[in-house]
Amino acid sequence: MTKQKMNNARRSPFAAILVILAGLLISGGGYAVASSAVTSSTTAQTSQEAIDAGKKLFLANCASCHGSNAEGGNMGPSLIGVGAASVDFQVGTGRMPGQASGPQMMKKPVQFTEEQTAQLAAYVASLAPGPSIPSEEWVGEAALAKGDTTHGGELFRINCAMCHNAVGAGGALTEGKFAPRLEGVEAKHIYEAMVIGPQNMPVFNDANLTPEDKRDIISYLKYVEANPSAGGEELGGLGPVAEGLFVWIFVLGGIVVITIWLGAKSN
Amino acid sequence: MSNATATAKKKGGFLAGTANYLDERVGVAGILKEFGRKVFPDHWSFMLGEVALYSFLVLLLSGTFLTFWFQPSMVPVIYEGSYAPLKGAEMSIAYASTLDISFEIRGGLLFRQVHHWSALLFVAAAGLHMLRVFFTGAFRKPREINWVVGFVLFVLGMAGGFTGYSLPDDLLSGNGLRIIDGMIKGIPYIGAYTSSLLFGGEFPGEAIVARLYSLHIMIVPALILVFVAVHLFMVVIHKHTHYAGPGKRDDNVVGYPLMPVYVAKAGGFFFIVFGVIMLIAATFTINPIWAYGAYDPSPVSAGTQPDWYIGWLDGALRLAPTHLEFMIGDFTLSMNILIPLVVGVLFLVVVALYPFIEAWVTGDKREHHVLDRPRNTPVRTGIGAAGVTFYAVLWAGASTDLIATHFQVSLNHVLTSMQILLIVGPIAAYMITKRACLSLMRKDREIALHGRETGRVVRLPHGEYIEVHEPMDEYELYKLVGYKAYQPMLARPNAKGVITLRSRIRAVLSRFYFEDRVVPPTKGEIEAAHDHGKELH
Ligand code: HEC
Ligand code: HEC
Repeated sequence: MTKQKMNNARRSPFAAILVILAGLLISGGGYAVASSAVTSSTTAQTSQEAIDAGKKLFLANCASCHGSNAEGGNMGPSLIGVGAASVDFQVGTGRMPGQASGPQMMKKPVQFTEEQTAQLAAYVASLAPGPSIPSEEWVGEAALAKGDTTHGGELFRINCAMCHNAVGAGGALTEGKFAPRLEGVEAKHIYEAMVIGPQNMPVFNDANLTPEDKRDIISYLKYVEANPSAGGEELGGLGPVAEGLFVWIFVLGGIVVITIWLGAKSN
Repeated sequence: MSNATATAKKKGGFLAGTANYLDERVGVAGILKEFGRKVFPDHWSFMLGEVALYSFLVLLLSGTFLTFWFQPSMVPVIYEGSYAPLKGAEMSIAYASTLDISFEIRGGLLFRQVHHWSALLFVAAAGLHMLRVFFTGAFRKPREINWVVGFVLFVLGMAGGFTGYSLPDDLLSGNGLRIIDGMIKGIPYIGAYTSSLLFGGEFPGEAIVARLYSLHIMIVPALILVFVAVHLFMVVIHKHTHYAGPGKRDDNVVGYPLMPVYVAKAGGFFFIVFGVIMLIAATFTINPIWAYGAYDPSPVSAGTQPDWYIGWLDGALRLAPTHLEFMIGDFTLSMNILIPLVVGVLFLVVVALYPFIEAWVTGDKREHHVLDRPRNTPVRTGIGAAGVTFYAVLWAGASTDLIATHFQVSLNHVLTSMQILLIVGPIAAYMITKRACLSLMRKDREIALHGRETGRVVRLPHGEYIEVHEPMDEYELYKLVGYKAYQPMLARPNAKGVITLRSRIRAVLSRFYFEDRVVPPTKGEIEAAHDHGKELH
C-alpha cells in the first residue's frame, strides 16, 4: 500500500518539475564554476605562480614518463618546445597523462580542470618557445560565425578527408592506428591538432593552411555538426556500408516479417 | 472471370462497356480467363521475387520523377543554391542539379531517397529470392533457363545501381568511378584503350556522366523490363512450384487461383512494399551527396565504399594479395587487379551455370515441381552455404577499415584474417552445413518412424518406464519422408566399351554429391514401426 503511494508521488507532475529544477540548479552552478575557471586561467596563464603550480602538477603526473624536467625518457618524448598548444590539446582532450597501451594514445575522460591544464601548459611553454593556444580571434564563436564554410569544406576534403573521411566520421590507418571521428571536438582542439599534428597526423603550419584557412575548416566542421542531415536520421555517417546493412536487416527483414505474419494470419 | 464480365454486361455501366469493347477487339476476356486460372501457392518465401518486382516499379516511378530535373552534364558551374557549405563552389552541372533536387525542388529529396533505398532493396530482394530458389532446388528442370534469366536480372540490377550511383558526380561516386577506371586500365592490352573510350579521353573527362545516364535511364531499365517480362512469362508457363505436402505432386500445383484471390493479395502487397520504402526514405538519410562535396580527382576520402551490391567486388580488390605484378614485354600485369576480376567473373559464371552442372552430375531428366527441403539435399545446401560465405567474406572485405576502427583492431590484422577466412570459411561452411543437414535428416527419419517425443513418461503394468511418442499426422509425415535419396552413379563403359574421362569425372562428382545420404523410411517401415509402438502401449 505504501509502495503504491510512493509510486504515485513519483509520478506526480510536481515531482517532474522538482527534478528539472534540481537539474537546472546543478548544471547552472557547474557552468558558473567552469566559466570562472576559464577567466581565471586566462589571467593565470603566464604568471610565475601558474608556472610553479604547473611544475608541481607536472612532477606529480607527468614526470614519470616525460622526465622531471620534461626532457623526455624511455616512456615519453621530450616536451621542450612543443608549446602550450600541444599540452592544451593532449591534456584537454584527455589523451595525457598517457596510458601505455595499444598502438595509439587514446582519449580518456579529461583528468584536469581547465585551470590545471592551463598551469601545465604555462609550465611547458616556459621551458622553450612553441606554438601557443589559439586565441578567441580564430576559434571564438564570433570568429567561427565569420568563417567561409565553402572554402573550409573544400580544404577539409583536400587536406583531411583521406584520414578523417569526407564527413569527418573517422578512418583506419595501418597497424591499429586510426584518425578519430571529429564530431564534438572543441574548436580550439581542432585548431591545435592542425598546428601540432598529434601522433600520425601531419602538422599543418601557417604556410600550409593560414589561420584563416584553419578557421574556415573549423567553421565548416561546426556547421555540419550543428545542422543535422536534411534527409533524416544519419546512420552514423558511415555511408554505403551502413545503408547496405540497414536495407538487409531492417527493410528487407521487415518486409519478410510482414509477409510471414500475413501468411500466418491467412492460414 | 468470363462469368464476371457476363454479369457485369447485364448491369451495363462504364466499366462493363469498356471491358466489352476491349474483349470484342483483343479478346481480353480469353487472356484474363487463362491467366486468372493460374494457381499460385501460398508461402512467404514465394513473395521475395515480388518484393524485387515491386521495388523495381517504385524505382521506375521515382526515377522518372528525377529525370525531370537531373542534368547529366559535367560542364562546371558556380553553385548558388541554398546549401550553405557549398555556396560559391565550382562543380559540375550534374552535381549542382542533384543538389537542387535535394534542396530546391519540392519533394525532390524524398524522391531521391525513395529511388536510392528502393534500388538497394531491389537488388537485396532479388538476391534473397535467388537464395530461396537455390536452396529449395526450384531451378531444376524445367526452370534452368529461368534461373539464368533471373541471374541476368541480378547482374542488371548491379549495373543499374552502379550507373545510377555514379551520376551525381559527388566525391564518393567519383572515387568509385576512379576505382573502375583503375580496374579497366589493369586489363592487359585493351585496358588503356577501353578506359579512354569509356571516359572520352583521360579520366575523368567530360563525357562519362552523360554516357552513364543513357545506360542508366534507357538501356539498363529496358533490358530489365524485357528480362522481367520473360521471367514472369516463364513462371506462368512452368506454373509455380510448391513445397511437399499431401496431394502436392510433380504434376500439379496446389494453391489459390491467380484471379481474384492472388491478384488482390499481390496488389495489397505492392502497397506494403511501397509503404515500407516510403517510410524508410522519409526517415533515414541515404547518400547525403551534399556532405561529400563535388568530385575533384585530388581528394580521396577515407572509408570510400560502394553501394552494398558492388561491395563484394570492392572487397575482392582489397583482399587480393599485393606485390604480385610482373611485366611481360611492355605490359604490366597487375595481379592485384586481375585476380579479383577473374575470381569475380568465375564466381558469377558458376552461379549462372549451377542448374546445368547439378543436372549433369545427377543425370536427373525428370521435371520437378515439388520443392526440396534444404536439409534433404545436404551437398547442394552445403555448396550454397559455401557460396554465401564466400560472397559474405568478400562483402565484409569492403569494410575492413570500418571493422578496424569500430572494433579497435588493426587494419592489417583484419585484412589478413579476411584473406584466410575467404579460403577457410567456405570449406568450413560446406562441411558444417552438410553435417547438420544429414543429422537433421536422421532425426526426421526417427520422428517419421517413431513419432514425436512428448516428454510424457508412463509406467507399464510390468514396471517398465517408457516415453510416449506421438505419431505424426499425414501432413507432417509428408514433409518428413517426401523426398528421394539418389544413389551415386558409377563410371560405366560406353558403347565402345571404354570408360571415358567424362564419365569418370561424372562418377567422382556423383559420389561427392550422394555418397552420404539418409534414405527416407518407406511406408512399410513406418507402419511396422507404428504397430510395434502400439503393442507397447
Ligand atoms: C604513461 C606515460 C605518460 C604519461 C604519464 C604522460 N605522458 Fe605525455 N606522452 C607520452 C607518450 C608516449 C607520448 C608520445 C605519443 C604521442 O605523441 O601522443 C606523449 C606525448 C605528449 C605530448 C605531445 C608531445 C609532442 O610532441 O607534441 C604532450 C604535450 C604530453 N605528452 C604532455 C603530457 C602531460 C602534460 C602529462 C601529465 C599530465 C603527460 N604527458 C603524461 C607518455 C606519457
Ligand atoms: C595522415 C592522416 C591525417 C590527416 C591528413 C589529418 N589527420 Fe587529424 N588526426 C589523425 C590522427 C592519427 C589523429 C589522432 C591523433 C592522436 O590521437 O593523438 C588525428 C587527430 C585529429 C584531431 C583530434 C580529434 C580528437 O578526437 O581529439 C583533430 C581535431 C584533427 N585530427 C583534425 C584534423 C584536420 C582538421 C585535418 C586537416 C587539416 C587533419 N586532422 C588531417 C590523422 C590525420
